[in-house]
Amino acid sequence: MSTKSLAGVNVDVNEEGYLTDASQWTKEVALAIASEEGIELTDQHFEVIDYIRNKVAGGEALTIRGINKSGVVDAKTFYQLFPGAPLKKATKIAGVPKPVSCI
Amino acid sequence: MKKLLILGAGTAGTMMANKLRKKLTRDEWDITIVDQYKTHYYQPGFLFIPFGMYSAQDVIKPKSDFFPIGVNVIYSKIEKIVPAENQVQLAEGVVLNYDYLIIATGTRTAPEETPGLKDKLWYKEIFDFYTIEGAVALNNFFKTWQGGELVVNIAELPYKCPVAPLEFVFFADAFFTERGLRDKVNITYVTPLPGAFTKPRATKMLGELLKSKNINIIPDFNVAEVNNDEKKIVDYAGKEVKFDCLVSVPTNMGDEMIERSNMGDDMNFVPTDKHTLQARDYKNIFVIGDAANLPTSKAGSVAHFASEILEENLMCAIEGRPYTASFDGHANCYIETGYGKGTLIDFNYDTEPLAGSFPFPGVGPFGLLKVTRTNHYGKLIFRWLYWHILLKGKEMPIDSEMQMAGKKL
Ligand SMILES: Cc1cc2nc3c(=O)[nH]c(=O)nc-3n(C[C@H](O)[C@H](O)[C@H](O)COP(=O)(O)OP(=O)(O)OC[C@H]3O[C@@H](n4cnc5c(N)ncnc54)[C@H](O)[C@@H]3O)c2cc1C
Repeated sequence: MSTKSLAGVNVDVNEEGYLTDASQWTKEVALAIASEEGIELTDQHFEVIDYIRNKVAGGEALTIRGINKSGVVDAKTFYQLFPGAPLKKATKIAGVPKPVSCI
Repeated sequence: MKKLLILGAGTAGTMMANKLRKKLTRDEWDITIVDQYKTHYYQPGFLFIPFGMYSAQDVIKPKSDFFPIGVNVIYSKIEKIVPAENQVQLAEGVVLNYDYLIIATGTRTAPEETPGLKDKLWYKEIFDFYTIEGAVALNNFFKTWQGGELVVNIAELPYKCPVAPLEFVFFADAFFTERGLRDKVNITYVTPLPGAFTKPRATKMLGELLKSKNINIIPDFNVAEVNNDEKKIVDYAGKEVKFDCLVSVPTNMGDEMIERSNMGDDMNFVPTDKHTLQARDYKNIFVIGDAANLPTSKAGSVAHFASEILEENLMCAIEGRPYTASFDGHANCYIETGYGKGTLIDFNYDTEPLAGSFPFPGVGPFGLLKVTRTNHYGKLIFRWLYWHILLKGKEMPIDSEMQMAGKKL
């Protein structure tokens, strides 16, 4: 774990750059992480981020299926908003842990 | 009379009926088990059918061969559970009451979840091997196939027996090599995972094995649709993979009965305490096998290890004592790698698959994360153990708790 300065505030992150304390998250922090990932956040991004933060706060697992059924965005749009590895990127920007896959 | 009701007479339900009939006295406890089918399928055997190594006859037996005396057996579809009333409704209005309920209704394949999967090429050039019908149809197809792009795709996580599609491509490599067709068959493994498996060491070992066998891997692929006209699978990011033969592991979901009962997560798996095996929301309901949402593999070996925990904890619940057994998520999977060899992984919630020997430290006879002939025999012997020891709820010579002895960190 280390400390990193994002948007002018110090936040704690793990070795992959995920926030380790969700309460340190602010919109400004999100914008800063997103720009490191090459994403410019829009209102639609923030709707998804809110959904993700709520889910995680409620102790629920995040899946592409869940997002697709969330009514916020469908899976295709989710991929367009966070290209490449959407769940990994969106959680990083939302300041929550990276989802683990159990099989 | 008190009533114990078991839903599902597959691997886990059958084991529990056998174990608990011995534990619960017959003058006090009525045990009833319900399943919609009379045939028991040895599902691990489905893997061998496409390659003609087993026939359908080798993997089926009547369920009735495996129930102990003194258990009521009902063959009927389960409509729904009404936990608030300790009731289960069967088809045609039959209602069963229970004091304790064990849910063991497993998981089913749901090809309809992926647009285009169960369409005009289904069982013509698109197959699954997680059902007996699919495995047999694929066997017929392979008999005359002259080669092309063989694509194996996992639709979604989680899916039962996570090593089965890897075994499938290893078998396919050997099968087409032996038929002199390997240079005409290009094999590609397309998975939503970031690599061949989830955990670092097993992913590395299995990834290298794929490479050495000239099997391509496309990771991080979440299929959005199957295009039957252009014979390609497309993911949400727009990535495309062409196929001549598509072998799919369709989305795995808990039974629809769980959804009708309003007791599941968004894939109809029942939220379950991962250590006690009690249903999260109901004190007198326990869940075992693929039906539970546990963060470990959905596999027969896992259900077997969990059965010992469930037996103990159910007795605690009945006798009003605190739970004394805690499940560690132990999984133990033999992986066929083709040409009469295999490998083995042993892991739990906290410990990833490691190299070493199993079950006896330094001795084996099985090698963890190693490709050996003995491991292949381990898998073949498993079928005998399954029918004769495991289903009958007898002791297996393996600890239910994962052991660190014999493992290398
Ligand atoms: C191709 C393949 C290979 C595999 N290889 C291995 C392996 O090598 N090693 C290993 O350990 N595991 C392996 N497995 C996994 C293993 O077979 C399963 O994990 C195991 O059978 C799960 O047991 P279960 O009792 O939870 O579910 P199941 O055995 O599937 O039983 C569920 C039962 O519930 C019944 N049911 C469900 N809903 C209803 C309803 N509404 N009404 C009435 N009845 C209902 C079903 O008819 C079924 O009989 C493999 C599976 C497959 C498909």
